[in-house]
Amino acid sequence: MRFPGSVVLLAALAACATAQGDPRDPFEGFNRGVYRFNETVDAAIAKPVATAYRDLVHEEIRNRVRNFFSNIADLFIGVNNLLQGKIQDGVEDWARFAFNSTFGLLGIHDVATDMGIEKHNEDFGQTLGRWGVADGPYLVLPILGSSTLRDSVGTAADIYTDPVGDFRPIRLRNSAVALRLVNVRADLLDASRILGEAALDKYVFQRDAYLQRRRSLIYDGQPPREERPPEPEPTPEERRSEAPVNAAPAADVNDDLRRVPQPTHP
Amino acid sequence: MRTIAKAFLCLFAAFVLGSAHGEELTPDALVKNVTLEVVELIAKDKEIRGNRNKLIELIDEKVLPHFNFTGMTALAMGQGWNKANAEQKKRLTEEFKILLVRTYASALAAYAEQKFDFRPLRAKPTDTDVTVNVRVLQPGAQPVPIDYSMEKTPAGWKVYDVMVGGVSLVANYRTEFNNTVRDSGIEGLIKTLSAKNRTLEAAGAAPQK
Repeated sequence: MRFPGSVVLLAALAACATAQGDPRDPFEGFNRGVYRFNETVDAAIAKPVATAYRDLVHEEIRNRVRNFFSNIADLFIGVNNLLQGKIQDGVEDWARFAFNSTFGLLGIHDVATDMGIEKHNEDFGQTLGRWGVADGPYLVLPILGSSTLRDSVGTAADIYTDPVGDFRPIRLRNSAVALRLVNVRADLLDASRILGEAALDKYVFQRDAYLQRRRSLIYDGQPPREERPPEPEPTPEERRSEAPVNAAPAADVNDDLRRVPQPTHP
Repeated sequence: MRTIAKAFLCLFAAFVLGSAHGEELTPDALVKNVTLEVVELIAKDKEIRGNRNKLIELIDEKVLPHFNFTGMTALAMGQGWNKANAEQKKRLTEEFKILLVRTYASALAAYAEQKFDFRPLRAKPTDTDVTVNVRVLQPGAQPVPIDYSMEKTPAGWKVYDVMVGGVSLVANYRTEFNNTVRDSGIEGLIKTLSAKNRTLEAAGAAPQK
């Protein structure tokens, strides 16, 4: 399992936590290293392969591939919804799986959406968040990218339960996993270009977007609105004492959001 | 990573707000009209998508009048805003505006005929600060919500923040802006923004892949 490994790794990293940085990201130096590694791998392999896939494979076929894997994922999206007590959503996810696997020909057609049963987005990281587990420090995982301590545990569970991992023979499984990755990366080609254009510091922009996005997902798009007038900037000493060592209290993570000043009225 | 990037893919709709024909439009009607107007223009004119300057012209004309860029810049700056003098505030707003418009043009070029679901407005008629919800529908994926924070001004309803997939555009710039101001001051941030804009302009002049 990945979890005990992560804890050991974090303990080792705690020593090099920087004082100046963001309290949500005590391992920024290390994370930036992994981020650079990921960018290098992406530029060398993932992006060229995904670009070729997008240019060579017809859009209709790419849509079928996306639907196929999306359908398989609905099984455990349903499990997560049930674990979070969202019975109706969970039943909908399984209804989607039932309709799409049969009428949708093993999921390549998303007939459930046409029937008005909407796709949801859940994973074990969100379930843990729903149960009250705080994000913990921000982490950049090799290849997998943005995460937090909590979401890393969730991702390990996602991978462990991934139905595609049960495909046999092994060669079929490996091809399926590779195809899914290529498809995901191809879907992100435009987005990653836009991200590169919008951000002053891609690492920071992506991190903040990830943390905001996860918070929104955990609350299913309705996070409690926390706005209050600006506060004085904490001194470096305050920041250090605030810096989470293992798991940050939930409130810390949203500090920036709460510091939103009121809009100026001209 | 995957969801975030997908959210940014939908940034295009984030700025799709155009000219109001009547002053008395409700904020949700305004969002709907302008979104549909811009999307229709893009769908009709295939050539416009590959032409960065034409896209920017379109945004300038249809979208910009409905944004409060000074408000957005102030929100993105957080407490740093009060450290800037009037002239710096003006330059910051101008550079930030150019960056957002360029990003939007880039996103608009990637628009792939997704459908929109305009949600009914949940606000009292007397409210002066509302959120308009739109959802972008795509097969095989959860709809991406786009929430426009809008305020009523004497010049009509103005957008002061856009949330794409739960990610506030304005809040997402705050850390970067604060870091730059801390390291190199207000002037440093203005320089960084304008350097970024010049780089994008040079890259945009080259043929687009």
